[in-house]
Amino acid sequence: MSNKALAPAIEGWHTMGDQPRLIGTRCCDCGTYFFPKQNDYCKNPDCDSSEFEEVELSRSGELWSYTNASYKPPAPFVAADPFEPFAIAAVQLEKEQMTVLGQVAGGIGVEQLKIGMPMELVLETLHETDDEIKVTWKWKPVTA
Amino acid sequence: MSNEIAILGAGMHPWGKWGHNFVQYGVAAARAALSDAGVPWRDVRFVSGGATMRCGYPGYVAGATFAQALGWQGAEVNTSYAACASGSQALAAARNKILAGECEVALVVGADTTPKGFLAPAGGYRPEDPDWVRFYLGITNPTYFALYARRRMDLYGDTLEDFAAVKVKNAAAGSKNPLARYRKCFTPEDVAASAMVADPLRLMDICATSDGGAALIVSSVDYAKRIGKGDAPRVAAISTVTPTFASGVVEMPDIATDSAAAVGIDAHSYRASLPIKAYEEAGIGPEDVNIAEVYDLSTALELDWIEDLQLAPRGEAAQLLRRGDTAIGGRIPVNTSGGLACFGEAVPAQAIAQICELTWQLRGQAGERQVEGAKVGITANQGLFGHGSSVIVKA
Ligand SMILES: [Zn+2]
Repeated sequence: MSNKALAPAIEGWHTMGDQPRLIGTRCCDCGTYFFPKQNDYCKNPDCDSSEFEEVELSRSGELWSYTNASYKPPAPFVAADPFEPFAIAAVQLEKEQMTVLGQVAGGIGVEQLKIGMPMELVLETLHETDDEIKVTWKWKPVTA
Repeated sequence: MSNEIAILGAGMHPWGKWGHNFVQYGVAAARAALSDAGVPWRDVRFVSGGATMRCGYPGYVAGATFAQALGWQGAEVNTSYAACASGSQALAAARNKILAGECEVALVVGADTTPKGFLAPAGGYRPEDPDWVRFYLGITNPTYFALYARRRMDLYGDTLEDFAAVKVKNAAAGSKNPLARYRKCFTPEDVAASAMVADPLRLMDICATSDGGAALIVSSVDYAKRIGKGDAPRVAAISTVTPTFASGVVEMPDIATDSAAAVGIDAHSYRASLPIKAYEEAGIGPEDVNIAEVYDLSTALELDWIEDLQLAPRGEAAQLLRRGDTAIGGRIPVNTSGGLACFGEAVPAQAIAQICELTWQLRGQAGERQVEGAKVGITANQGLFGHGSSVIVKA
């Protein structure tokens, strides 16, 4: 095992640990959720609030759709060498009434996915730097 | 109808990967449109350009750039940027000017030169930029179109063969269009043999980016009658509405949709909302449409648009395709020009190019691509940040 420290690839977008959650905000007036965080203006056309509270989003949702990246994406994506294709999921969160994209956990291909299946958030390596392992959120099918 | 304007001329520069300055394509398209209209350049009193963001300052002031290149003659100018709907907004500006009685004849023109290599976001660590975020996480443009395509497969039973059939159909149409970049016919086997890019979409399901130009000469109906062109096709409607919150479909370059959690807020589909205003404004319904040019960034997206334009009930576009209804000779031909599949994207020109095709079809001048008796055509386009358009043209 590497003795590099774990660090979020994007600072402040999710909690760390083994029950990770995305961190968004919620409008204090109308209750609209935002991910990424919105702290300046509410995008609901019926609301002019500028008060927001930070909230952790639901850890699980339903698979809205999925695909994969067969080819290496361009920078700023940092690819492993050789490049390993990965699946990508769009997951619908019930309480927040929103859909969030993310990679699918490593080793799970599109043939193992089906629209409507329950998915949960996990943290996995996105890439490594000289002294850190950069982790990000990924979606993983919920195993019974 | 009092809000109609006449389309006197249509012209294009062939699309390809020519590597020339975009102004050259715009001028060629404008001169072709002027010649088609039989209107002298000095009669044009308004030049409305679609901007390009890829060609430096002349592209930001495209209206003035084209007016200067064609020879300053004192016309007023306008430049519109609205991503893939730039051409429609430039047309809308010209229509406003004409309907306000401030000018009789306008040139609407857009052209682009695509950069060499991959258009990737600036580097560094910039989480405030959604484009940077999605690329950092490995989410590219085809990801979004593949997500929509997969939903069609799971919800409606569309197949890879259906998507390939869209490509085969559009390639066959484009093979008869001398202005198209790709004029080769393909078989379903060719599509199936192309590399998988973003499952279920293969390389041949996704459109390229191109150099190209397109232009229209439009005028008041009075002017058209005065020069003996009272029967010229009319622009009957232009819809450039923005989406309605909350957008329920994840759109490029976002990492998440809006939230529809607030009281009184529902999730909406932007694509489906675009033609509604167009139909209202033209005073017609989808049953009156004979021909459509839609924004086929991917083969599967063409099927989505057919339903968004209400040319088929939701989930049934593939059935139209399988019956041959959307091919030339079918009940409602779609992308008779060959579409983006054969042209590739040239952002400020593509909404105008769609109207060029409809104009030729409605005049009966589309040659081997001609749709018999076409009287009403509709276009659809959608770009980034809430920019989209749908235009209706009537004979
Ligand atoms: Zn609010």
